[in-house]
Amino acid sequence: MTSVLVPTLTARWDEPDSFTLEAYRRSGGYQALPKALGMDPDEVIQAVKDSGLRGRGGAGFPTGVKWGFIPQGDGKPHYLVVNADESEPGTCKDIPLMLATPQALVEGAVIAAYAIRANRAFIYVRGEVLHVLRRVQHAVAEAYTAGYLGENILGSGFNLDVTVHAGAGAYECGEETALLDSLEGLRGQPRLKPPFPAIAGLYACPTVVNNVESIASVPYIISRGAAEFAALGTERSKGFGIFSLTGHVTTPGQYEAPLGVTLRELLDLAGGVRAGHTLKFWTPGGSSTPIFTDEHLDVPLDFEGVGAAGSMLGTRALQIFDDTTCVVRATLRWTEFYQHESCGKCTPCREGTYWMVRVLERLDRGQGTDEDLDKLLDICDNILGRAFCAFGDGAISPVVSSIKYFRDEFIEHFKRGGCPFDPAASTAWADGGQ
Amino acid sequence: MSDALARLDADAAEIIGRYPRARSALLPLLHLVQAEEGYVSDDGIGFCARHLGLTEAEVSAVVSFYTMYKRCPVGEYHVGVCTNTLCAVMGGDQILASLREHLGVADDEPTGDGKVSLEHVECNAGCDYAPVVMVNWEFFDNMTPDSARALVDDLRAGKAVAPTRGAPRLATWKQAGRILAGFPDGQATGGHTAGEPTLAGLRIAREHGWTPDDGSAA
Repeated sequence: MTSVLVPTLTARWDEPDSFTLEAYRRSGGYQALPKALGMDPDEVIQAVKDSGLRGRGGAGFPTGVKWGFIPQGDGKPHYLVVNADESEPGTCKDIPLMLATPQALVEGAVIAAYAIRANRAFIYVRGEVLHVLRRVQHAVAEAYTAGYLGENILGSGFNLDVTVHAGAGAYECGEETALLDSLEGLRGQPRLKPPFPAIAGLYACPTVVNNVESIASVPYIISRGAAEFAALGTERSKGFGIFSLTGHVTTPGQYEAPLGVTLRELLDLAGGVRAGHTLKFWTPGGSSTPIFTDEHLDVPLDFEGVGAAGSMLGTRALQIFDDTTCVVRATLRWTEFYQHESCGKCTPCREGTYWMVRVLERLDRGQGTDEDLDKLLDICDNILGRAFCAFGDGAISPVVSSIKYFRDEFIEHFKRGGCPFDPAASTAWADGGQ
Repeated sequence: MSDALARLDADAAEIIGRYPRARSALLPLLHLVQAEEGYVSDDGIGFCARHLGLTEAEVSAVVSFYTMYKRCPVGEYHVGVCTNTLCAVMGGDQILASLREHLGVADDEPTGDGKVSLEHVECNAGCDYAPVVMVNWEFFDNMTPDSARALVDDLRAGKAVAPTRGAPRLATWKQAGRILAGFPDGQATGGHTAGEPTLAGLRIAREHGWTPDDGSAA
């Protein structure tokens, strides 16, 4: 029988000492590193290109291609920056990975740095996860002691120093150029592109910024071969990924599967939507990806399939909301998040999110009108494609998609003069749960 | 004070030494300042400015951008209730309302005994354990209004409290700042961290005989 799930990065998460170097080696860890160090760096880049690995942080850019953009022989220092600033609402895969197997991240980082000829790497961990930070700090220290970091790694002549850096609370720092500004000690605001980080990144030097899961997938690709990775997934979305099922689902959690799996398949394994309720709407890849409904249960969850259905694969953050959930309340709350987190650099995003919250508050209270819905969509039109970074496009996703699928529910609010839903019914402890 | 300053100067030098360019040390230096004073005071801003050759205005501009930096003292245990959409819907709104009523404090304002302060936080990447409450940036999973009130009562009473996923001994706000500044507290190897949701897919795969494949050589 074909495996719906393929535990790979998640395969050892249940071992009590999985986060230690010893446990990681016991399960085959650090076998990819000597192999990579025995290859030409360009061969490593080619292997990652051949694997078809696309960035697991949301945008889906081919990882090996990104590495290949780094100019060689330019005489400048090169940098690898791991984006461990997991903050997209609904996204919760990198945190358990770093708690359980931080060495996979470290091994992947050494291989990536070797490939792009970087001797300095930074792991930028969001600050609000103290124990994750401890585990990553510990993993880096253990790797130094074992000779996987530092001078002349495994006798190869390759040197790499890794610094673990804690953020300080700003969603925008997940955007790669904002992250670089933050790492330079500035406010975390995005830079104009081009130049892209591969040309002018950290300290204006060639820099690769990769997501945690992307980097942690690299040792598998090197040790097992690009072809084995590429054998999983779909034609243009290769390999496996961690899907996070959350919310009104019987068994929430992390499900590692080939790209192209469907929500119906995952929900079947997870016991379905919580008992006595039906699926109302869901996000395929976090709050910045337009919502889906029960019409989309069979959409292949790969970059192309989700895109063709009008949303984005994003971070595979499958937030499930059942029939007790008010879509106006959900949209308002997401929009409040974007207003709170807008970095303020560009006007469409800063002002647009502010005004969308004002309008949505009125709609939520049941005091809105038809014109408010048109006004919201008009504001969205004026943010889309006009903001400095992808934040703006993300901020309008919940608004546009919820009006598209649930316009009647917005209208119902102002017809009734209030919200028809009872918030108590959607809690985890409703229906005697928990 | 001069002893403390000498110690902090040494810590600052170590932090700055981690980076190719000094200014990159600003975020960890601000965490260090919070580890010492519990918040970013005017003196703390001056300390960072002096070490990095920046103006106090330049440091202040960074402080005000990031929500983890507090310009006034917060509690010894700072409680963050996630009220982003998923946690809010799953009960985070009710938990926050209950704690506000129970503690009678405004956001970031400590209780009279200085023990606990409260704020709403955005998504903390623990959605499979919703609703989530953070204390000094450690995970308290699957909370309810009752369990959240009991938690803050225990914190105020000085009882030992352990996170659901985190270090066995809950760090104080200031101790947490030190870890954020890059000075580990020796608790990395402790604590339960992979709860049932973390392992849900793995367990189901095993039940189906979908063999775990960790990437080791066959």
